[in-house]
Amino acid sequence: MADEKTITFPVEASHIMMFARAIGDYRPEYNDAEAAKATEAEGIIAPPTFPQAVAQFDPDYHLRLQPGVPWFGSGKNPSGVEGKPASSGGLHAEQHFEFFRPVRPGDVLTVTTRPGETWEKTSKRAGKLVFSERITEYRDQSGELVVRARGVGVKTERPVDQG
Amino acid sequence: MAIKASEINVGDTHEEVLVEDLKRTQLVMYAGASGDYNPLHTDQVYTTQSAGYPSVFAHGMLTMGMTSRVVASFVGAVNIKQFGVRFTNQVWPGDTLTGKATVQAIREENGEHLADLSVETVNQDGVPVVKGRATARLDP
Repeated sequence: MADEKTITFPVEASHIMMFARAIGDYRPEYNDAEAAKATEAEGIIAPPTFPQAVAQFDPDYHLRLQPGVPWFGSGKNPSGVEGKPASSGGLHAEQHFEFFRPVRPGDVLTVTTRPGETWEKTSKRAGKLVFSERITEYRDQSGELVVRARGVGVKTERPVDQG
Repeated sequence: MAIKASEINVGDTHEEVLVEDLKRTQLVMYAGASGDYNPLHTDQVYTTQSAGYPSVFAHGMLTMGMTSRVVASFVGAVNIKQFGVRFTNQVWPGDTLTGKATVQAIREENGEHLADLSVETVNQDGVPVVKGRATARLDP
């Protein structure tokens, strides 16, 4: 299918631990292999929003510095990309996950993303809004569906007014 | 163990303070763990001088991740079957966030006992920053 993208996502306990720390979640299921055995999860599992960290394994993810590719963050100048319009770019409007079983260390997930619907709205705070949906499926080594995710992104005409 | 279906009622709630005085360092931690290095979340110079925002702000997915703690604490992380949110307002450094989950329905589907929850996280001014739903497995 055109516009479809496939990424291999090896799930590791140390990555789950770092992700859990970042969201301030210190429960044993995410952080401590020994203590996790005594929980209902019977071992380490990933937090519900961890599947989004597949970005780490996307070889050309546009929100990570890449060798030889201009980066729009600041260095000598406020933006490393000259002439880039002062736009807010894309923002995240919605995110949904459906779990068929917990994600665990040792899973090697094959992750396929395809575009979904696109629609428009007008907002007082940010002008014209263009929404677009992306559907992502995470399958394990046996081809079983583990997680299905639906993300909705929004591009705004101008930065969202504050207050 | 999962909550027993007989021990939970529509209207039951669980509430938790998710973060007090959110630090920029936590945004850096989330960028590093998630792989989302958008400078809007970590680069104050870019965000204020080039993108036109008053400050860096939290990844929506960080707020959703923090919000997942309320659901995990309420029903057990391993029992979460669905979790989805809309991002309704931005979260800024210095914000204090409180998450709340409320049981909306208890039902049976394909022999499984399930609870449907509404989930909302608000900031220190009571403004919702995410609103969503979750479904969790219950013990019979």
